[in-house]
Amino acid sequence: MASRNRATLVVGLAAAAALALAGCGTSGGGSASPSAQATKTEIGPGEGQLSILGWPGYVEDGSNDPAVDWVHPFEQETQCKVSFKPFGTSDEAVTLMRTGQYDVVSASGDASLRLIAGQDVQPVNMSLLKNYPDVYPFLKDKAWNTVNGTNYGMPHGWGANLLMYSTDKVTPAPTSWSAVFDDAAKNTGKVTAYDSPIYIADAAVYLMAHKPELGIKNPYALDKDQLAASVNLLKEQRKHIGEYWSDVVKEVQAFASGSTVVGTTWQVGANIAAADGAKVATLLPTEGATGWSDTWMIGSKTKNPNCAYKWLDYIASPKANAAVAEYFGESPANPKACELTKDKAHCETYHSGDEAYAKQIWYWTTPVAACLDGRKDVKCTDYSEWTKAWTEIKG
Amino acid sequence: MALQSQQPAPGAPSVASAVPRPKANKVSALLHRSPRLRLAGLITAPAGWLVLVYIAALAALLITAFWTVDTFTGKVSTAWTTDNLVTVVTDPVYQRITLRTLWIAFAVTVIDLILALPMAFFIAKVASARWQKLLVVAVLMPLWASYLVKAYAWRNVLADGGLLEWLGAPLGLQSPGYSETAVILTLSYIWLPFMILPIYAGFDRVPDSLLEASSDLGAKPLATVRLVVFPLLVPSIIAGTIFTFSLSLGDYITAQIVGGTTQMLGTVVYANVGAANNLPFAAAVSLVPIAIITLYLFIVRRTGALNSL
Repeated sequence: MASRNRATLVVGLAAAAALALAGCGTSGGGSASPSAQATKTEIGPGEGQLSILGWPGYVEDGSNDPAVDWVHPFEQETQCKVSFKPFGTSDEAVTLMRTGQYDVVSASGDASLRLIAGQDVQPVNMSLLKNYPDVYPFLKDKAWNTVNGTNYGMPHGWGANLLMYSTDKVTPAPTSWSAVFDDAAKNTGKVTAYDSPIYIADAAVYLMAHKPELGIKNPYALDKDQLAASVNLLKEQRKHIGEYWSDVVKEVQAFASGSTVVGTTWQVGANIAAADGAKVATLLPTEGATGWSDTWMIGSKTKNPNCAYKWLDYIASPKANAAVAEYFGESPANPKACELTKDKAHCETYHSGDEAYAKQIWYWTTPVAACLDGRKDVKCTDYSEWTKAWTEIKG
Repeated sequence: MALQSQQPAPGAPSVASAVPRPKANKVSALLHRSPRLRLAGLITAPAGWLVLVYIAALAALLITAFWTVDTFTGKVSTAWTTDNLVTVVTDPVYQRITLRTLWIAFAVTVIDLILALPMAFFIAKVASARWQKLLVVAVLMPLWASYLVKAYAWRNVLADGGLLEWLGAPLGLQSPGYSETAVILTLSYIWLPFMILPIYAGFDRVPDSLLEASSDLGAKPLATVRLVVFPLLVPSIIAGTIFTFSLSLGDYITAQIVGGTTQMLGTVVYANVGAANNLPFAAAVSLVPIAIITLYLFIVRRTGALNSL
């Protein structure tokens, strides 16, 4: 009997707790109309600390490589002590930013609009930032950093998602993404791909070149049939994948041990691998590639707005921008950085300022139902459908 | 009660006792008088903790599973819907992942059982007292290393040109690479101590005199194991399987480090919380292992295994 009474009590308590919680289930979701007004009119003295959320390799304090350090100079200059949290995918960045624990974030195009719509970042008064006038004009006022004429951050730099291969194991050297799609069987079990729904766009870029009859005009604007074609391609690829990566360090390690020989990467991965003595090379395949154009944004709940503004200004300053761009392997946002890179040919290598080249890269953008390529007669698939498709691809 | 016998009878001349009686403490007197209050004082804190941490957290999870997320802004919208649960139960992808996770948990449990039984028997019944201590320490030793360290060590062991390939080369065996098999191997290694310890404790509780009696009565060794040792051991074995099975069912870290492309329930939850930012769906997926474990516990409860945990 006692145990029955106890069971009743537990059930009763659970029911009470559930009822109390059910009271939560009434409010609607947040409204998606951002307040478009930068309130800040001057940068005051720093608050003494700054928490940064960024891509790995964007905030280096010398702990990975003593020669690579642009955080300490910033701390000395501003007295803002930096704490850094890296993330592996844009989705992770959006989730972490929603906690309100971070002052600034380096957002790629597939995260920035979601952050703005979710009111997780605030408008930035660009006139307070000394280095903004120097930034390449083709990076300013773009769809991924500006909404209704309101600027939301400082352009950081841009680059392409490249194809990396082990030079001693993959011969002849690949020139096309077919190395990871149609010809993946040659290296079956040793192919790698980026572990995020946004990777579906890479398959779409490939199909644009090889299956023009699908009529894909923009890899981020896929209707149901185009998405299905991309998903099928990725399901074929899945048979040959050894590992999906979202942690670039783990990817590099797989290349170093030979568990992976070909796949998509960022230049920073190739740089780390080369530094470790792995025989790898990267290329921008003939089909073009997806890529990123990043923006430093300020959290809407930040308690350190002055340090945040100082960071945005600092990271676009010629010296810091050169150091980041060179370490990560991307084009700087500030042309003055080109004179300060260790490798004088850096900006040439990455086609900085080459607007025509920059246009060949399909920058990460969040797919939405209203087609980004301007089609009005069909509904495009949005990011939630991409997320479900991605789970299905991985099986 | 006993105290009242010391009260002088009313009207009797009071005798001053040599020892002054301590004054009764009001609180303890009150508690003494009301057993319900006593019980409340003892049980409120642990019960409150249980309700807050377990029941409320589980209820919150259950509730969240009925909400949805605005995929663009990433805000949870609290309109009621059963879509998430329906998807988890009916979508073939999640059915496959559930079955795969069950298979991995089952395989890990069986492998650990096969390894643990002879080891535990040796430690409990064969080894001398000194060796017994050393061997128990040796079994516990891996638990001192962090879970992550062990998983990454296996990542290196399983890599191309790693230890496993080197060992297997003379036999013509290949490393399984980063795969489902790799997950099973790694998890079997990591959870093995959790299987050995309860079984060792179970063997330890079987008195030697029972085994002697059994053979005095003419039982052959195998018959003794079958009819005497095994029935006494069943609760301990089930206790061990609860550990290995439930820990494997919820694992997501090992699957990410050595799993290659393997998706388990844990990794789906992790991806939906961390990457896809879809907390309601993650909650719906996480109810699957909870349901499985609850069912398993209900089944084994009848065997009395839970009493020996």
